[in-house]
Order: sequence, then structure tokens, then C-alpha cells
Amino acid sequence: MDRRGALAGLAGTVLVIALRPAAAATLPRTETTESAIRRFAGDNPIRPGRVTLDLPPLVENGNTVPLTVSVESAMTPEDHVRRIGVFNERNPQPNVVTVHLRPGAGRAQVSTRIRLADTQRITAIAEMSDGTYWSASADAIVTLAACLEG
Amino acid sequence: MARTLINLPKSAKPGDTITIKTLISHPMETGFRPGADGRILPRNIVTHFVCRFEDEEIFRVELFPASAANPYLTFTWIATRSGRFSFTWRGDGGFDQTESAAITVA
Repeated sequence: MDRRGALAGLAGTVLVIALRPAAAATLPRTETTESAIRRFAGDNPIRPGRVTLDLPPLVENGNTVPLTVSVESAMTPEDHVRRIGVFNERNPQPNVVTVHLRPGAGRAQVSTRIRLADTQRITAIAEMSDGTYWSASADAIVTLAACLEG
Repeated sequence: MARTLINLPKSAKPGDTITIKTLISHPMETGFRPGADGRILPRNIVTHFVCRFEDEEIFRVELFPASAANPYLTFTWIATRSGRFSFTWRGDGGFDQTESAAITVA
């Protein structure tokens, strides 16, 4: 782990301790992240790489967090990205968004805005047309959680 | 009808990669949040988005409660010929809205 990652991790720990009593841990969880990922990818191996996940490392407001996923791919009919799934660890549901792409898409790149209920790790998984799966993860520290306040 | 914002170039050269940005105003009520009376508000989200070019699907998304309010999506497309895009959002409670936009490719 590089120095930046180590510092981010440390800051995350401190914030988690500070915010945990708020009730974030009591949110109902409909499904584990692992089972949602398996529903997306089946039993296929998922390798790290080819996917880039951009989201701010420190999020002030979890209600709207910009997210960009891009995948290294020529996007030709022979070799393209079929689907991209994004998963979270600590929202009430593990799914964030599932994107279906076609060869004429140009770039395998999608941007959206998401909600984060807590400090957590986000994982993006890309299914290529050759049936391989690639993934990337990014951590986000959330100071104001989504989903909780009325 | 919910307000939508759709942004794409009016014209492009064949082979250009264009960026399409869409946004629809929608609360995206998660189904996990308590309302003013303390009871959980029912889920009300957009669950599907489809972009078609001349009836051919080019981009499709499944959305979950983790989408922020007023769901925003940006994606790209290689300009091939002139035509119309249609953008359809579907969701809870029979939410169904379609908008369109044209592009001139020459």
C-alpha cells in the first residue's frame, strides 16, 4: 500500500469510529455483496485489471456521489464490453447500477451519480464479449451518509 | 411528465465518438428511508433506462436504490448516420417516459 492509500485508510478508520454509533450499522441488508456479484458473474473467475473506477476518496454528502467507470476495450464487434456491474459493501442493497453496452458505443465509459450509506468500498466488474470478467475497487470515506436522514 | 435534460451534439462527422448526457428529475425514493411520520416511505425509483438509435438499442441501464436522485447518465456512441435517438425511463408505479433527440451526421 502506498503512502496515500495508507493515510486514506487511517482517516477512514478514525471516521468510522466517530460515526458508527449513528445507526449506519443497523441498516437492513437484503443480500450480501458476494452473492450479488455471483448473480452477475456466475462462477467465472474475476481478475483485477482493465477497469478504472473514479470516485472521490472523501465524500461530503453521500446522497450524490459522482462515479465514472471506464474499461480498456476497443469496443469492436469481436472484442467489447458487454456489461458493467457496480457493487457496494454497506448500502441496504449491494447493487448500484448495471450497464449494458454495444460495440458501437465508442468508449466503454459511463458516468452517473450514486448514493453511499456509509464509508465503504465500491467494486466495478466488467463482462467482456470473450466471457472474461475484470474488476476494480475504490474506497470512499463518507462524512454525511445517504439513506438515513428523513 | 418529469423534466429531462438531454445533451448531445446536433451534428457530427461519421466516425466521431459523441458523448450523450441525460438527466431526469425523479426523487429516487429508496424504500429504506423513514418519512415525517417515522414510517418507511415506499420505494419509488427509476429501474430501467434505454437509449435507442432508430429503434436499435445502443445503451441500457438497470438502476437500483443506490442511484442518486435525478438519475444522471453519460455514455458515448460512434456517429454512423443521421437519425433520432429515443430515451426511455421506466420505474416503480408505472413510471414511463420517452424523450427523443436528433443528430445530423455528414
